[in-house]
Amino acid sequence: MNSFWVIMLLVGMLTLGIRLSFILIFDRWTPPSLLQQALRFVPIAVLSAIILPELLINDGRVNISPSNLRLIAGVIAMLVAWKTKSIIWTILAGMGVLLGLQYLF
Amino acid sequence: MNTTKKEFLHGIKDELPILVGVIPFGMIYGILALDAGLSKAEAQAMSAIVFAGSAQFMLVQLAAIGTPALVMVLTGFIINLRHALYSASVAPRVRHLSPLWKVFLAYLLTDEAYAVTITHYAQEGEIRHKHWYYLGAGIALWTAWQISTAVGVFLGAQIPSGWSLDFTLALTFIALLVPTLKDRSDLLVTLSAGTVSVLAVGLPYKLNLILAAVVGIAIGLWSERK
Repeated sequence: MNSFWVIMLLVGMLTLGIRLSFILIFDRWTPPSLLQQALRFVPIAVLSAIILPELLINDGRVNISPSNLRLIAGVIAMLVAWKTKSIIWTILAGMGVLLGLQYLF
Repeated sequence: MNTTKKEFLHGIKDELPILVGVIPFGMIYGILALDAGLSKAEAQAMSAIVFAGSAQFMLVQLAAIGTPALVMVLTGFIINLRHALYSASVAPRVRHLSPLWKVFLAYLLTDEAYAVTITHYAQEGEIRHKHWYYLGAGIALWTAWQISTAVGVFLGAQIPSGWSLDFTLALTFIALLVPTLKDRSDLLVTLSAGTVSVLAVGLPYKLNLILAAVVGIAIGLWSERK
């Protein structure tokens, strides 16, 4: 067996271990209330941390200006998401604006 | 239709928009993996064994430049560390399940399955069958990832980047996030985590995500205590 298979298997096992870690730990140990409160914020914090760089960073640089088409499309998508609470409408609005602006400029 | 089947299909359905953004990534991964010198079997197997897009991209890049095995394993580990946050977040929701369910759901715990599943858990409704929703979302993503990898590996096909399909992933996350922002604490978490993530984007191994999440959560707790 060559070494890349070993690397893949090790990373696969470690990844499964990470994903399983707290699922197993919290079976035996009830987290204190502060930690439980903290967990409530995980989805908001993680999603924000993934989204914002996608909107603000162009070609490796922060770009907060109208020349950043993804930022414009993203802001409009946020308004649509807030109004409609619909994934499909949010995607259609965001992609429509982005592709439209890409076509124009 | 019984509840379990309904939840399962609901999970698949809610995962579908995310797949639009994931499929082009899978295809690119397949092509890059072969360029990096992996065999077709290795490239395809990694999508099942590791099942984590960012780590897979990084590993093939490292393989291409002849990185030592230990460094590659550690790199994969660190990139996937953020999944520990997801593990902690879903843990209370899956506590009542059997060990086999827990292992299988953990295997399916990616960014994309987590995002829709945790949103579903936060909504009203009976929690007892919601793991079927999680399973549906996870299997939908898994299947799309395997097939799109295969299309890249065996057909060498990819979707033109000018279509900007990768952006649908960010848009889906926006659609999941925005309606959950209910009070001042939530907004502070969003703003602080987003800002830290942008400022720290130069950190390697996606560590900006972990740093941003920790800062955002801390600020949320602080805001609630006041």
